[in-house]
Amino acid sequence: MLAVVGFGQSWNVALAILNLCLISSVMSMGLNIQWGYAGLFNAGVMASTAIGGLTAVLISHMPVSKAWSVGGTSLFALIVFLILTLSVVFFIFKIFKRGRKRSFSIALVILIGYVFMRFYYDQATFAIEQVEPAKTGFLGGLGLPIIFSWAAGGFAAAGLAWIIGRISLGLRSDYFAIATLGISEIMISILKNEDWLSRGVKNVTGLSRPVPYEVDLLQSEWFINMVTWLYGVTDGEIVKTDVLREEMQLSAGVIVKLCYSGLFLIVVLTILIFAVRALNSPWGRMMRAIRDNETAASAMGKDVTSRHRQVFIIGSAVIGIAGAMLTTLDGQFTPGSYIPLRFTFLIWIMVILGGSGNNLGAIIGAFITWFVWIEAEPASLWLVENIDFFFTTNSPLILHLKEVAPHMRMILMGLMLLLVLRFMPKGILPEKSSS
Amino acid sequence: MDFSTDMLNALVLISNYVLIPSLSYGSQLALGAVGVTLVFGILRFANFAHGEIMSFGSMVTVLITWWLQSLGVTMGFFPTAMLALPLSIIITIILVLIIDNSVFSFYRKNKSRAVTYIVTSVGVMFILNGLVRIIIGTDEIIFRDGQKFLIKAGHFKKMTGLSEGLALKQTQVLTIVIAIISVVLLFWFLQRTRTGKAMRAFSDNEDLALLSGISPERVVMVTWIITAILATLAGVLYGLDKSFKPLVYFNLILPIFAAAIVGGIGEPLGAIIGGYVVAFSEIMATYAFKKFIIYLVPSEFAPESLVQFLTTEYKFAVSFLILVLVLLVRPTGILRGKLL
Repeated sequence: MLAVVGFGQSWNVALAILNLCLISSVMSMGLNIQWGYAGLFNAGVMASTAIGGLTAVLISHMPVSKAWSVGGTSLFALIVFLILTLSVVFFIFKIFKRGRKRSFSIALVILIGYVFMRFYYDQATFAIEQVEPAKTGFLGGLGLPIIFSWAAGGFAAAGLAWIIGRISLGLRSDYFAIATLGISEIMISILKNEDWLSRGVKNVTGLSRPVPYEVDLLQSEWFINMVTWLYGVTDGEIVKTDVLREEMQLSAGVIVKLCYSGLFLIVVLTILIFAVRALNSPWGRMMRAIRDNETAASAMGKDVTSRHRQVFIIGSAVIGIAGAMLTTLDGQFTPGSYIPLRFTFLIWIMVILGGSGNNLGAIIGAFITWFVWIEAEPASLWLVENIDFFFTTNSPLILHLKEVAPHMRMILMGLMLLLVLRFMPKGILPEKSSS
Repeated sequence: MDFSTDMLNALVLISNYVLIPSLSYGSQLALGAVGVTLVFGILRFANFAHGEIMSFGSMVTVLITWWLQSLGVTMGFFPTAMLALPLSIIITIILVLIIDNSVFSFYRKNKSRAVTYIVTSVGVMFILNGLVRIIIGTDEIIFRDGQKFLIKAGHFKKMTGLSEGLALKQTQVLTIVIAIISVVLLFWFLQRTRTGKAMRAFSDNEDLALLSGISPERVVMVTWIITAILATLAGVLYGLDKSFKPLVYFNLILPIFAAAIVGGIGEPLGAIIGGYVVAFSEIMATYAFKKFIIYLVPSEFAPESLVQFLTTEYKFAVSFLILVLVLLVRPTGILRGKLL
């Protein structure tokens, strides 16, 4: 499939699709751990992706020292008050008995704490956002290589998952889905609006890369030699310099993307190995037992809720890694681009299409789904252009269809999901029943 | 200025910016949430496609409105969309019944798990979303016509001599009136008619209802019809009040779910209460109370900050926050709906 795109459109496009396929595979493996292993309907995939992306920013961006110096004190005061409030609340929670008195005093403490925190928060954010608002206006990050953020993104997502799990695990599947969806939306609105953290909708761009830049490649000697060797002579004639330069630019893009693909492939394979081993271990058997019959599993002495929490955290961590990878690949962090259709439900389609509970299936599902998602647009444009035959060219209908052709992917995705659910409920690669 | 004028000013201010918007937004949410809660009570799954059904219904209304306008048919004082409503409701009902027949009925026969239904509704959501985008595009469309304001802020100021104006949009009144009428009709239907009683029995105890000879297919069909009517109404009223934008309706399902759950899922009355609770808290948590307090307290105590709990961007987040709180504190909702 990808080869067809490679020859038909261009290798750059094909590799771009491949890279996103690989990232999507990581996401779908993460979701597969939650859904396929344990049957958790997590509709908050987006939250893990976004926090992974945030981590990439916080790890790799240079720290904005000026922001720290102007906002640091207020920020410190804010944290002090946060800890103070929380500890007082905890204290009251411990010493008072359950009742109206306790609820009332806790509410009072939170209210007082809120007033103080709000004061310092406003001060801090105002100061921080004043620092060169066009360029930074946020605290910046640690200035480490971005590749570290892949692991850190996993940890951050795991931490977030722990909190989400505390709130919503133990609910019935419908509720769990709605709660996770809601929490992920809260996450995104925080990312969009807290400018001091990651510039909100102003986006963070120009993140550092783990692979060489095209510009640097074009100037390095080995690269020029390689391209000249590859394309320099066609049919015995020496190619003109401007043609050669064009080839060079294309090849630079290809090489950069190949580097990414290599890195992503390593991640995908590592996670795949771990996931498969985990699934076939006693732990994996226990998970499936819980999934298939919660009552029986808990009667056998398995702690269902804490197992659910465990698997939810692991799966979210994997998705968090993918989120960091995605931000690395894009080189920018754009909270506005996180929408549930693309980052939650599309991943769901991948897992269900590929086969819930089967890791290879998740990868295949990710590849197919992403491929269709991207190629639906050119395909439907092509279709529209070819039914020109029946209509007069440039008739309003055709123009309208051309304009809306990208949305064909929505219908295709929905159809794919419904058809798979109906006729192939176990997906392309069904789960192996090992017994 | 004496104190009573200040009181009145404060009252007008709060009605203008909090009370009336919350009432109309709450009515829109309530209409949506009743649909969600009915589907949940009868079919026992959370319908993620509900927002898209609303979007589809509104889209049909927009198209018919355009068609009517091109024919020169308008309703003068009222928006033309009101004239388009009956036909678009019928079209939406047909669509929903087709969806049920081709998609959901299969899983009903197989007695699939609730999760399968949810995933299926996600698939339906994708298809409807794509369909709406393909037919009408993604642009923001304002299809309101007729008289926009019943009371204009300036007029109100002149009439009463107060320094705060009160603007009352026709769509807001329409929303509230239509919501009340449809809710009354719905409850009359559920309480007094045979089919309504059958529906309640079915929602309460499926097996017992089946034993008493209630036809499940009929109950399900009626549920979908009611859902389609309410969804179209909610969608159109929301679109009239603000504007029609396909992407907005997806975001709307979250406050709607919140409303349904907060009120107690499976309980139509709860859904209505939930709708208003969510709407009021969304708007109150993001409203800056500074001016309101200035009117009420002596000037020495006037606050310096905006007295706004959260910035307006967090409007949607508020409803989830309520949702999460309710889930933690009282998972059955206000009206003790089904325990999930």
